[in-house]
Amino acid sequence: MSAIPLVPSDHEQPWHLPSRGRVGMYCLIIGESAIFTIFVVAYVFYIGKSLYGPTPQQVLEVPIFNTICLLSSSVTIWLAERAIEHNKLRTFGLWWAATITLGLVFLAGTAIEWYKLIFQYGLTIKTNLFGTTFYSLVGLHATHVVVGLAMLLTVLIFTLTGHVRHEHSERIQVLALYWHFVDAVWVVVFTVVYIVGR
Amino acid sequence: MADQILPIHGSLDLTPPRERESTWLDELHSWVITVDHKKLGLMYMMMAIFFLLVAGAEVLCIRIQLAVPNNHFLSPQVFNRMFTMHGTTMVFLVGIPLVFAFANYLVPLQIGARDMAFPRLNAFSFWLTLLGGLLLYYSFLGGAGLYGMGNAPDVTWWAYAPLTAKAFSPGHATDYWALALIVAGFGTLGGAINVIATAFSLRCKGMTLMRMPLLTWLMVVDSGLLLVTITPLTAAQIMLVIDRYLGGHFFDTQAGGSALIWMHFFWIFGHPEVYVLVFPAFAIASEVIPVFSRKAIFGYPAMVAASVGIAFVSLGVWAHHMFTVGMTSVGNAFFVLSTMLVGIPTGIKIFNWVATMWGGKIRFRTPMLFATAFLGQFLLAGLTGIMLSVAPWNWQLHGSYFVIAHFHYILVGAIVFNTFAGIYYWFPKATGRMMNEKLGKWHFWLFFIGFHVTFDTMHFLGFEGMPRWIYTYPADRGWMSLNMIVSIGGMIQGVAVLVFAYNLIWSLFKGEKAGNDPWDAWTLEWSTASPPPDYNFATDPAVRSRRPLWDLKHPEDPDWKYE
Amino acid sequence: MLPKWLRVGWIAQLVFASVLALSSHAIAEGPKSTPSIFSPASTPASEIYHLSFFVLEITGAIFLTVAGLLIYVIIRFRARGGDDDASEPAQIYGSTQVELAWTVIPVLIVVVLFLTTARVIFAIQDAPQPQAALDVTVVGHQFWWEYRYPKQGIVAANELHVPLSSVAHPSPTYLNLLSADVDHSFWVPQLAGKIDLIPMHPNELWIDPQRPGVYLGQCAQFCGVQHANMLLRVYVDTPEEFAAWVQNQAKPGVQDPAVAEGRRVFETQACMNCHTVQGTAATGKFGPDLTHLMSRDTLASGIIPNTKENLRQWIKNPDTYKPGSLMPAMQLTDSQLDQVTAYLETLK
Repeated sequence: MSAIPLVPSDHEQPWHLPSRGRVGMYCLIIGESAIFTIFVVAYVFYIGKSLYGPTPQQVLEVPIFNTICLLSSSVTIWLAERAIEHNKLRTFGLWWAATITLGLVFLAGTAIEWYKLIFQYGLTIKTNLFGTTFYSLVGLHATHVVVGLAMLLTVLIFTLTGHVRHEHSERIQVLALYWHFVDAVWVVVFTVVYIVGR
Repeated sequence: MADQILPIHGSLDLTPPRERESTWLDELHSWVITVDHKKLGLMYMMMAIFFLLVAGAEVLCIRIQLAVPNNHFLSPQVFNRMFTMHGTTMVFLVGIPLVFAFANYLVPLQIGARDMAFPRLNAFSFWLTLLGGLLLYYSFLGGAGLYGMGNAPDVTWWAYAPLTAKAFSPGHATDYWALALIVAGFGTLGGAINVIATAFSLRCKGMTLMRMPLLTWLMVVDSGLLLVTITPLTAAQIMLVIDRYLGGHFFDTQAGGSALIWMHFFWIFGHPEVYVLVFPAFAIASEVIPVFSRKAIFGYPAMVAASVGIAFVSLGVWAHHMFTVGMTSVGNAFFVLSTMLVGIPTGIKIFNWVATMWGGKIRFRTPMLFATAFLGQFLLAGLTGIMLSVAPWNWQLHGSYFVIAHFHYILVGAIVFNTFAGIYYWFPKATGRMMNEKLGKWHFWLFFIGFHVTFDTMHFLGFEGMPRWIYTYPADRGWMSLNMIVSIGGMIQGVAVLVFAYNLIWSLFKGEKAGNDPWDAWTLEWSTASPPPDYNFATDPAVRSRRPLWDLKHPEDPDWKYE
Repeated sequence: MLPKWLRVGWIAQLVFASVLALSSHAIAEGPKSTPSIFSPASTPASEIYHLSFFVLEITGAIFLTVAGLLIYVIIRFRARGGDDDASEPAQIYGSTQVELAWTVIPVLIVVVLFLTTARVIFAIQDAPQPQAALDVTVVGHQFWWEYRYPKQGIVAANELHVPLSSVAHPSPTYLNLLSADVDHSFWVPQLAGKIDLIPMHPNELWIDPQRPGVYLGQCAQFCGVQHANMLLRVYVDTPEEFAAWVQNQAKPGVQDPAVAEGRRVFETQACMNCHTVQGTAATGKFGPDLTHLMSRDTLASGIIPNTKENLRQWIKNPDTYKPGSLMPAMQLTDSQLDQVTAYLETLK
């Protein structure tokens, strides 16, 4: 025999299990949080410990506009999630595109900030402890934004070509979870780098 | 067989395997492109066994060099590469693949599923891990680099800063260490995500979390632990690469960086990592001991709680590897306490296993021989761990051969012994054939003797002041006789492993046919064919207790009456 | 007749017995040169020694109990051949009382062990430094030890001299440990536990040796290719011996005109870039201070006796004794070697 038929007997209750995509994404988020935690710890540990070179107080400007853009993108993606749940595919596409736009604005803002830091203040990753920890932490976050945007863009392309439908809303939510995570990390990074560390 | 009710009519290939047209190339191809959890589990196992032999060869070279004082068998440069590669290989290319070998093969079968939650991620994770391994070993050939510097990594498997800075480790050896492990680490992360998602999302009907077999539980907790264990190492290694390639200063003591912060980050990974490595041994013990004692595991809820407890507490003990770096007395005292506390749930597990055997009808077939030896050895290892947790005593024993003896008592005495137990136990399921019992007993006794000759003796070398990482030692230290004994034991273990390898291959071709359930066991993997068909179960199982097959075999006294 | 598996176990027992016999000298007072942690000669080491025996007693008791139970279970509950193999034993799923018992008892053991350990931690680490203490700064290098005595104004290398201490007249030595490059660790088992030397992270260790003699140890944290040959030698001198040693070390280097040629070789062949000889132009700091090289018993951080032949060969090619050492072979001619060796031989 290749299988012993096992008779379910004590319950005809519905058997509900969590969606694997959601569980998987939560696990990824936990792992990524651990990576970010280590970089944040290094950043905090080295506050004020640079022996020379520009200090945060001298060169950092609080990126209010950038932050508003990124955090708003969490709102727009949430609106997109709601839209696709209610089968409003055009609305979904619009909010999705808005999310991507806001993400791109954030990245552009970061690029401008870094350009200034490197060419105006001479702060690079090898300048001093501040430079090393700043570019590493903010850069790690920016990398996650880039990866997130790549995935969002892929979904946008599929949306524009008509391949995304109401039955994909679960997957959209899982992807949005990643985007919310990236935004949450920015809240921490922003607080540590631009508020606590300055 | 063909007369079962099948879920999808007509779309499954029921042709018995031998009748299919396939060449060895087709067969190889099917393995390379597979996303099937059983094949991937076996591939992880083959990778682990391969690297076990490689790292075993490395340590035999070490033991030849150390058998007598002032030996010239290996130069210091080669010796330092040998022990660095031995440690790195065993932890990342043997230990972690073993986690996923057993988890991948068994978790879907034990929970009544048809595959892992993410089969393609599963394949990707395996190949990433293997790539990491190949990259690490490529260092022997390709590490020479532009200036003829460097070779295999030689900075110990801890790679302490600032020894790993470009100034003290020029060339590419350290880069191979960091990059290979970052790559393998992503494979590990993928594997861990997969195991957790599988166990949460694919359990068959009726299998609540508290009805999962303990092996599955332990693999889930292990994977959860891995999520927050491997990632700090990845972070620290990224920082190291930034230091070495982009001029960063994370660990640059001349620029205000800290050597200590590497230690903290490394051990925040390194300590939970050893629990990651030992959980499969716990998992296998929790399956083998009940079946061969003919009793249900004693204290299932306590075992689950203890496992979760160990995972959590293990996150808070890391600085017991740093008692000698000059932490404050309060800091030292804290880590003494947390380390001693992790011994409590660990002890509870040992007691529960012994209690399982109590009142049983114990059959000492090869898997049970290994699992019983595991119990005694793991007990001793835990106690030497308590000795090491006593910080002032640790100030003597840290960095000495006592520590090597302690952790090998776990890595070999617990993990390798139970890996052998698991292989002998599930080989029939995976191949349809039993392993040879006589060869198995020879393997066990030779390995047992060799293990004790080496590692019991090694504790005393620590007492006599012999430190780690030394390629030779003076003749007047009085360490020669013990070193010679340690080396001889190593050779005996080597012979034992050869017996095992022979048994493995012989049994593949000539082993006695096994049938579905050769051990008269109780979990779902024994309900399907040996080897299982690609789809695992003809019909989706449904369960009512922790031992669904016990319920079927003992309808007058099923488990669900007592749980 | 014993069951088969117990008979095989006889071989194992024989092996263990021989191992125990051979290693028994580890516990007893071994030959002076075996740096055993069980023959302490200084308070920190003996505090650890006494604590370790307490811990051994407890862990030993635990081991005997649990291993005894395991052995009992293996023998008593083994499946017998004549048994009705089809019947299963009574299935016991657990017992809350038993689980509680074997949780509470270990917790109590942990409490006892922890409090005992904490007491010793504070006794050693937070011991107040008495006035009469000697201060020595230890600097770890790849692959040698530098010793600076700030109050006495002397600099030595590789062989540490400290005064004898006694309960009646305590004169401990307080070491301040630094590193010039990577992590090292100072471990002389008979005098104290080890402590690491970490760059930019000074550490402290104190010893109060109560028996004169030479105590051996070595670097205990991997520091590079010659980590194995960074040996430690601690000379515990009587107060008179110590005073004489200090007095000699404080003198500038002997200036013997007979070896002027050798001195010239030393100062022109780049030796002085790394080494110091007090009172001369040689003020290099990368390598050991050689002012009183002949006052040492060993060369190259304890690995070879300080003889003329060894010294000459060391200078000719350090890789002979310490392959990978950071001292390069200076490619001296034979006559230059003879001359510089003769010069160094005068530096008493």
